[in-house]
Formats: sequence, structure tokens, C-alpha cells
Amino acid sequence: MKLKNDEQYYGLIAVFLHWIIALSVFGLFGLGLWMTELDYYDAWYNKAPHLHESIGSLLFFLLLFRILWRGLNPPPPPLESMTKWERHSAHLVHRLLNLLLVAVTLSGYLIVTAKGQPLHVFAWFSLPATVTEIQNQEDMAGEIHLLLAWTVIMLASLHALAALKHHFIDRDRTLKRMLGK
Amino acid sequence: MHNTMKAFLLALLLGITTRSMAEMENYTIDTEGKHAFIQFKIQHLGFSWLYGEFKNFSGEFSYDEADPSQSKIAVEIDVDSLDTGHAKRDKHLRGEEYLDVKNYPKATFVSTSFQELGGGKALLKGDFTLHGITKNITIEVTHMGHGKDPWGGYRRGFYGTTSIKPADYGLEGMAKLGPHSEVLYLEFSFEGIRQAYKHKVVDNESM
Repeated sequence: MKLKNDEQYYGLIAVFLHWIIALSVFGLFGLGLWMTELDYYDAWYNKAPHLHESIGSLLFFLLLFRILWRGLNPPPPPLESMTKWERHSAHLVHRLLNLLLVAVTLSGYLIVTAKGQPLHVFAWFSLPATVTEIQNQEDMAGEIHLLLAWTVIMLASLHALAALKHHFIDRDRTLKRMLGK
Repeated sequence: MHNTMKAFLLALLLGITTRSMAEMENYTIDTEGKHAFIQFKIQHLGFSWLYGEFKNFSGEFSYDEADPSQSKIAVEIDVDSLDTGHAKRDKHLRGEEYLDVKNYPKATFVSTSFQELGGGKALLKGDFTLHGITKNITIEVTHMGHGKDPWGGYRRGFYGTTSIKPADYGLEGMAKLGPHSEVLYLEFSFEGIRQAYKHKVVDNESM
């Protein structure tokens, strides 16, 4: 597999970014739902949110890099066998997913930093607070974060179902392409 | 004859009412100038004190120098203005598991009695409603001072302390914070600006 995309195949960088982001998104969703239910005395009470915030922050930078990379090295065009409707809806879902993922990570950052505390990414670096003056920012950002997260999960599931449909029903290369084949 | 009598009695009544109103001073708590604070502290696992405050509230009180026992106070607190200086904790405390501010956005205190003890000390009793549950609590009050302010107004200020058990107000989540955190200590400092007599918010009797 080559590093860069060409007219036929996805390159290693695009493939890696796709799957690492997919894994992070579903992992963060589960972790997020679990950690908010933890009891005050649970050993994970502080650790789980720290992990969620750290991975979420890295995901944000990964997303920015992916959007940049997509601009520099466009993906191969959709398969010839696809209808116009399929191309358009697939493209729309991809766009929406990128947009929502950026929004969901930003809203998470706005929760943690709402009262001026920095967001610590592992023991590696910290993101300083920027916007802190919105009234009850942590609550508002929290509601948006949860709502966007569910939207992302539903859209990503739709995206995955569509890929499975192409693989098992249409029996085309759509899913295999995303593995670099 | 009857009409004259009625008019006379009415005038007498009005006269008496006006007299009693003149003795009762009405104050609006100076939240606008932020000369009023509602702060609290609660232990964190028995290791340290955690401090916080309710930033937004409003209230009025009346004070009768001739008969202080007639004094009254009513305060309404926006529970979601809770601030402990830490975003995730504040979000948590406002949530369903704790204060559930969506369903219980307001806390109120309405006095039921005021008893001066001398030396500027007093005991204030009243109905405190939090999380939809009302309990009569006693606040130890210090009458700090009163008089003209430098800007043409007249002010009077009180300081008070009390403690409550969050569990008494159905705050089940607070119980999870452990045995050291069963009691929440509240501290108030209220400075009131005296109002013209038309503002009769607290003094129901003369309405």
C-alpha cells in the first residue's frame, strides 16, 4: 500500500486516519456514557474523564489533519457502479461527519475549560481555557456535547450500514477500498 | 350622618396604617451593587473545605426599629448560579443527581420570626425551600450596621450563618459524598438599600 491516495486506491495515511478516528469515536462514546454514571468513590471517577478528554483532544487534532490531508491528497472518486443519488448522499454524510466531529470535540473542550481550568492531555500538554464567559457554559456545552455525540453515532452507523450494504448486497469494492485494497 | 361616621373611621384607619407603615423600613437587598453574598462550605472527604456561592439571587427585608420582632425577609435564589470555581463540578452539582436545577430552579427563604437577643445578635427563623422541599431553619444573625451612605441613600446590613443537611432536602446524590460532607454551612451577608414606602413587598400586613 502506498502512503498517498491515487485514482484507484486509498493510501495508507487515509486508511489509517479513517480507522483510528472510527475507533476513537465509538470508544469515546462508550467511555463518555460510562464515566458520567460513575459513583463518586469509584477509582475511575477522575481517571475516566481524564482519558476521555485526552483522547478527545487528540482526536480533534487528528480531524484537523485529516481535513487538511483530504484537501492536499483527494480520495479516489466513487466507484463507477454508484448511482448519482448514492454519490451525493455519501458525500453529504462524509461532510456532515467531519463537521459534527469537530463540533463535538470543541463542545467537550468548552465543558472542561468553562471556569478557566486548562484541559490536560495525558501528562503531555495542556490546552488553555479560551471562552469562559458564557452563562452556565459547562451546562450548555454539556447538553450540546451529548446531543452531537448521539448524532455522530447515528450518522456513523448509517455510514457503516451503507458500507456493509455495498459489500454484501452490491458486492462492490467500497468497503475493501477503505482497507487499502 | 352614617357617611360622616364612615369617613371618620376610614380616616382613622388610614392614619393608623400610615403610622405603622412609617415605622417599618423596607429594604431591597443590594444585589445590583453586589453588596450581598450567599456562600457555602462543605467538607471534601474530611480533608479540606470546599467553598462556593450562589451568584444570583434577589430579596427584600423590612426592619422595624420600634418592634424588631416585626422584621421580615424574603430571598429568592437562582440555584443554577451555583459556582464553586470548577466547571465540571458545577455541572455535576446542577445535574439531576444533585440539585436538579432544571426541575428546581429556585430556592427560597421566607422568614417566620425574628428575635433580637441584644448586642446586635438575633435569631431569624424561616422556611427554606430547596429542591422542592421546605424546612424551617434558624439563622444566627449579626446586625452589622445602618445609616446614611455617602450617595444619598440609607443602608442596613446583616450577616448570618446557618447549616443544613442536604439529605433533609432529598439531595440523595450528596449522601454519596461521604460522612464528612453531611452538613453544608451557609453564610450570608446582606446589605439592604432603604426603599420609598410604596414598595411593600415583604410587609404583607399593611397591604
